[in-house]
Amino acid sequence: MNFKKQKHYPGEIHPNTLETYDEMFKRLKKNKKGAFVPFIVAGDPDFETSIQIVKTLLESGADALEIGFAFSDPVADGPTIQESDLRALDSGMNTQKSFEFIKRIREFTSIPIGLLVYYNLIYKKGVDEFYKEAKKCGVTSILSADLPPEEAEEALQAAEKYNINQIFLVAQTTQKNRLDKICQMASGFIYLVSVMGVTGARKEVQNSTVDLIKRIRNHSDLPVMVGFGISKSSHVKDVIQAGAQGAIVGSAIIELISKNLDKPELMLQEIKKETSKMKEATLIEVI
Amino acid sequence: MIESGKFGKYGGIFAPELLIPALEELESAFLKYKDDKKFNQELDYYLKEFAGRPTNLYLAKNLSQKMGCRIYLKREDMLHTGAHKINNTLGQGLLAKYMGKKRLIAETGAGQHGIATAAVGALFGMPTDVYMGMEDVKRQRLNVFRMEISGAKVIPVETGSKTLKDAINQSMRDWMTNVQDTHYLIGSTMGFHPYPTMVKHFQTVIGKETKNQILEKEKKLPDVIIACVGGGSNAIGIFSEFIQDSEVELIGVEGGGHGIDSGNHGATLCAGSEGVLHGSLSYVLQDTDGQICEAHSVSAGLDYPGVGPEHAYLHTKRRARYVNVTDSEALRGFQLLSRYEGIMPALESAHAVAYMEKYAQKPENKGKTIVVNLSGRGDKDMFLAASILGVEV
Ligand SMILES: Cc1ncc(COP(=O)(O)O)c(C=O)c1O
Repeated sequence: MNFKKQKHYPGEIHPNTLETYDEMFKRLKKNKKGAFVPFIVAGDPDFETSIQIVKTLLESGADALEIGFAFSDPVADGPTIQESDLRALDSGMNTQKSFEFIKRIREFTSIPIGLLVYYNLIYKKGVDEFYKEAKKCGVTSILSADLPPEEAEEALQAAEKYNINQIFLVAQTTQKNRLDKICQMASGFIYLVSVMGVTGARKEVQNSTVDLIKRIRNHSDLPVMVGFGISKSSHVKDVIQAGAQGAIVGSAIIELISKNLDKPELMLQEIKKETSKMKEATLIEVI
Repeated sequence: MIESGKFGKYGGIFAPELLIPALEELESAFLKYKDDKKFNQELDYYLKEFAGRPTNLYLAKNLSQKMGCRIYLKREDMLHTGAHKINNTLGQGLLAKYMGKKRLIAETGAGQHGIATAAVGALFGMPTDVYMGMEDVKRQRLNVFRMEISGAKVIPVETGSKTLKDAINQSMRDWMTNVQDTHYLIGSTMGFHPYPTMVKHFQTVIGKETKNQILEKEKKLPDVIIACVGGGSNAIGIFSEFIQDSEVELIGVEGGGHGIDSGNHGATLCAGSEGVLHGSLSYVLQDTDGQICEAHSVSAGLDYPGVGPEHAYLHTKRRARYVNVTDSEALRGFQLLSRYEGIMPALESAHAVAYMEKYAQKPENKGKTIVVNLSGRGDKDMFLAASILGVEV
């Protein structure tokens, strides 16, 4: 079956036709490309504009989406994403509306959708209940930035029950034994944190990131996606050339939102321009 | 990690992956040195010679007479830098030194923990950055100056509620970025494992001394111990030695702000619910979705929407009882102790004093032996207290 991105297919969700990460990576491999995965916070700056942003990202060639649920205290995120969270909350977003946001996106795309959710939002709703709702809305994966494997038992159970990929982070500081353990627990892909620190735009990709990509590739067959600090098309190119299967870009896109809050047209134009370049940079060059 | 850091189901390690290796390193250093002879000799030396331990257990005669009880004050307010916080900062500062860390960071609310960290940074020659919410910077200008004169850099935090919770967020972000050479010196029994256990360990000196002192003076255990609860370090420090003694009532006093019904308070155990904040499962002030609410208390040290996980455990086990007093009641406690005993408590500690008065007034409590943990002195709050009382200084 051809799982090429189906833009604008209206109507209901058809869970059976949703693309999995597996299928996405296979499709990309055939075309000698890496994945470009943009991250935004649902409802920033407001629900409808945020939907327009998602459509723009799809037009630019996004291969999957990472969608954050706004949280009051996002400790793993830098100032850019924290402000994005606060804008979304100010615009009236909450857990229920964030799920509605996912449902809306599912009306026009079948590509994988990953959630980034701080654990308290999951805990408060009830872990099982949260994953159940996520499945209903067509979510492919869930990542909690503050949920290491030590505390993830309940989440993993729910993930398995509802057939959702539980994504885990790996960092430069992650030791070998731990890396093994995480690779065993994870499904979908491994999320590699490329910098020491929180999310936010950076000038360049560190050499240690390149080493770590190789280290994980030696450990596991799971695809690796690199995030945190990937903010230019040249970064996307660098990490994919280094062997990663994809790049996740958040702050660089969100900066274009915060910069153009009163000029939504320009905002969408600039996002289109930047993210198209990033998608182009995913072409694997054979050297 | 070697241990799970759980108190019943509370606590744990809800930390971003980047921090896990640092937490493992910290846990193993803590487990190694906490019973190490040389480490403890050195720590005891600094506690005694630098901080001024032991502190007195002082019989407040005038108040005892007025209330018809035997009221003892554990004088943590007499410590160097003005509060119990120095017990923990000396312990963690020394541990950081043993671990070869080069730099300290800390969050602070009232500024007491920041000052204690700045003092230890100066003592051990470690550069120190302190994150402080902009609101608190404004409320506690004098303490900002105190930190700066000790060589610490105070970094105002402008995000979110601009108070302690956001200072903690920002400290965690700094630590994630500089984890290799920096020790994050958390100021209370909160956060991810091993902090709640480690901070408690360094604060148990309060309870150990109190137990010996009360047995010497009264030849029996006290009937009740009352301590204020922000993150919960002074309270757990004095409670810990008495948890096994089921006849001793333990009471934690939270910041009631404008009253629970007003929604403006810091009474996490009295009015919050279970949630995960800043690395552990405990009680938090949150909305129905789990978004964290802003706390309010006249005292910056109690102005926090979370609480240490061991208190959540003691609360649900009903081993300790948690109550709250309002801003204005706390101010009354502040005046009461100053007027009757010539001792000006920190506004945090004044909450414990205020509840002591309520407790002692109940007929069934007449004649009881009460220990109040006087966690800090009131110098830092004099401008605030004067302005609330309408006095120009
Ligand atoms: C004097 C004093 N008491 C109490 C507290 C509250 O902290 P904890 O609950 O950790 O003792 C503070 C915090 O800044 C303080 O300065």
